[in-house]
Amino acid sequence: MTTLSPPPGTAGPTAPEAAPAGNGPSLPRRRRILPDRLRRAGLPYLLLLPALVLEILIHLAPMVVGVVMSFKELTQQYIRDWGAAPWIGADNFRIAVDVNAPVGEALLHSFLVTCAFTVLAVSFAWLLGVTAAILMQESFRGRGVLRALFLTPYALPVYTAVITWSFLLQRDGGMVNHVIHDQLGLTDTEPFWLIGDNSFVALVVVAVWRTWPFAFLILMAALQNIPKELYEAAQVDGAGIWQQIRRITLPSLSPVNQVLVLVLFLWTFNDFNVPYILFGKSAPEAADLVSIHIYQSSFVTWDFGSGSAMSVLLLLFLLVVTGCYLLATGAGRKRDV
Amino acid sequence: MRRSRARNAVTVTLAAAMTAVTAACGGGSSTDGEGSNDNPKELTYWASNQGTSLAHDKRVLTPELKRFEKQTGIKVKLEVIPWDSLLDRILAATSSGQGPDVLNIGNTWSASLQATGALLPWNKKNLAKVGGAERFTPSALAAAGAPQKDPAALPLYSLAYGLYYNKKMFKDAGIDGPPATWDELVKDGKKLTGDGKYGIAVEGGDPVENSHHAFILGKQHGADFFDPSGKATFDSPGAVKAIKQYVDLIASEKIASSGNAEYAKDESVRDFAKGKAGMLMWQAAANGLKANGMKPDEYGVAPIPVQARGSGEKGTRSMVAGINLAVFKNSDNIDGAVKFAKFMTSDKEQRLLNETYGSIPPVKSAQTGKAFETPDLKVLRDVLTSSSAPLPQVKDESKFETLVGNATKELFADAAAGRKVTSESVKKELSAAQQQMRK
Repeated sequence: MTTLSPPPGTAGPTAPEAAPAGNGPSLPRRRRILPDRLRRAGLPYLLLLPALVLEILIHLAPMVVGVVMSFKELTQQYIRDWGAAPWIGADNFRIAVDVNAPVGEALLHSFLVTCAFTVLAVSFAWLLGVTAAILMQESFRGRGVLRALFLTPYALPVYTAVITWSFLLQRDGGMVNHVIHDQLGLTDTEPFWLIGDNSFVALVVVAVWRTWPFAFLILMAALQNIPKELYEAAQVDGAGIWQQIRRITLPSLSPVNQVLVLVLFLWTFNDFNVPYILFGKSAPEAADLVSIHIYQSSFVTWDFGSGSAMSVLLLLFLLVVTGCYLLATGAGRKRDV
Repeated sequence: MRRSRARNAVTVTLAAAMTAVTAACGGGSSTDGEGSNDNPKELTYWASNQGTSLAHDKRVLTPELKRFEKQTGIKVKLEVIPWDSLLDRILAATSSGQGPDVLNIGNTWSASLQATGALLPWNKKNLAKVGGAERFTPSALAAAGAPQKDPAALPLYSLAYGLYYNKKMFKDAGIDGPPATWDELVKDGKKLTGDGKYGIAVEGGDPVENSHHAFILGKQHGADFFDPSGKATFDSPGAVKAIKQYVDLIASEKIASSGNAEYAKDESVRDFAKGKAGMLMWQAAANGLKANGMKPDEYGVAPIPVQARGSGEKGTRSMVAGINLAVFKNSDNIDGAVKFAKFMTSDKEQRLLNETYGSIPPVKSAQTGKAFETPDLKVLRDVLTSSSAPLPQVKDESKFETLVGNATKELFADAAAGRKVTSESVKKELSAAQQQMRK
């Protein structure tokens, strides 16, 4: 019996040629070979097609549009037909990076505030997450309730959570001042949290409160994968709890931490929701994050070209940092191997 | 061969996707149409939040929209939009061309939105369809677009600033009546301040509110925030005096609580209603005060004080505040939209809606009626007609509100933190704000 299909396990262009010659009519080899080859060559691309089209539509196209906009003087006069906005070359970029002029100076200030905010928020969120995850490994009464409680900030809708913080942080009548000033007497006067320099502290606290449960969740899952035997062996060798954490837990968490820190960094650096809900459209200078700054340039003062240029600069910065980070962590893995 | 096919496949895919993207973006949008009547039986209306809640507005407007449907057969789909997101929604609608047929806009945005070219101009022909320009208060119509241009919207609800004062607190402090000049306001404020109470409450954390007071006081000091060519002049000597005077309520006069520097959610209305402050400068506050438990006979309303008794620009006591009604030029029911504008500016609807929202009808023939004869509305109406001025009707007006309002907010924060606010520090903030207007 002649089979039209190549035998199982046979693959590639040699398969049809390897078909045994039988008594039946000779097969039209070219017709069989071409569709087969085409199918093999094209199928992966065909399967990728929907994702590729969506990727282009959702990510690439807006990015290209944003870059084009950044070279235009795009004000409200042209938002109905942004293609007609005058082309001004690199003017928007030049103004954005001119730190001796007000626009550039304000952007630089905002960038530095964002860097400080990101470093602090990510560090504290990670530290809290890893500490809580390690503590929650031990079985004890009420662990389930505590775990659920820890995850609450992450589960709450962001608006509800942050607007509640804004009430708590109000200078007059807010619960934070009631506790630290009225009850504990920690401050001479009731501090402001939503205006002035303290607004930066308020922003970091709320961002950490909002972010750390994610770190906790991921690290808790990662901890489950560390073999218990390692700890048992360490105990037999006389290693204390700190040594176990230093020598076993943290190194074992390293691959997860590499991704976690990167994700936390990107989320925090671009965070818009927390500052917007906490301070409104006009954040205090001390808490003027880049995301809000760009929003103001684009949608409050209606200078969309300038806002786009700032977004492009931000994207480039994040690409460079992410690239360096991946290279550094990749090199680390090689050394480990 | 396989490689080249693969390359072709990818090229074709990319090209197809890019074509789709280009078609979607179109290098802009297709909103150049001047409107049509392709969908004559339906309208979409974006109403701004005027009442105590979105649900309240829906309750008020729905029966009126039904009445319009009964009259014309046109069904109106209503969406009430909170103030803090209205401008973003309008911009999104303008850039995409996918917006409502009719919408409310803050009247201070009129010239800025007019510059987009998305709004139907109310030229003589269109105005005639709603009864003509003469129906409207001139100052309200002047705040509906740039000078020398056809209005971009129709005035719907008019508002003006007034000085609200607590009658009992004034009596207890031995003050005969409301202050007429700024010196008197400070003097009275000092008498009222003490025992946890303050002379006046201000909304220092709200840039928009700050910019309005900067404008009113600026006029009194002879300052305009734009020159005749539309160029920003934020740091003129008059503007510096105006903003310093306002911030000094907390900084040097100390007749407002330093906590007011943080207020941005109408907390000053609450403080006044609860007797924590003796005075409040606000636009038509009756509904807000009622909601906070203050009865109408507990407060009085007077015009905002001036620097010295007089008239002209230096006698300005309010900006022309209010809400306008605009029609998107690319509406697919342009005639229906104009009919709806006529309905909303009819005497009957004007009386009913303005009475409900505690505002003043900008339609002159609708201003009579018991509801508008209350002492507070009478004062506000007089201010509106005789001593108010529209905010600069230039395309960069929204930048003025943001930049000057923010600068004032930062100065209030300095004052609240105990840092000295001087003419130099005010000028520095305003100069920085002005330089942000780089174009």
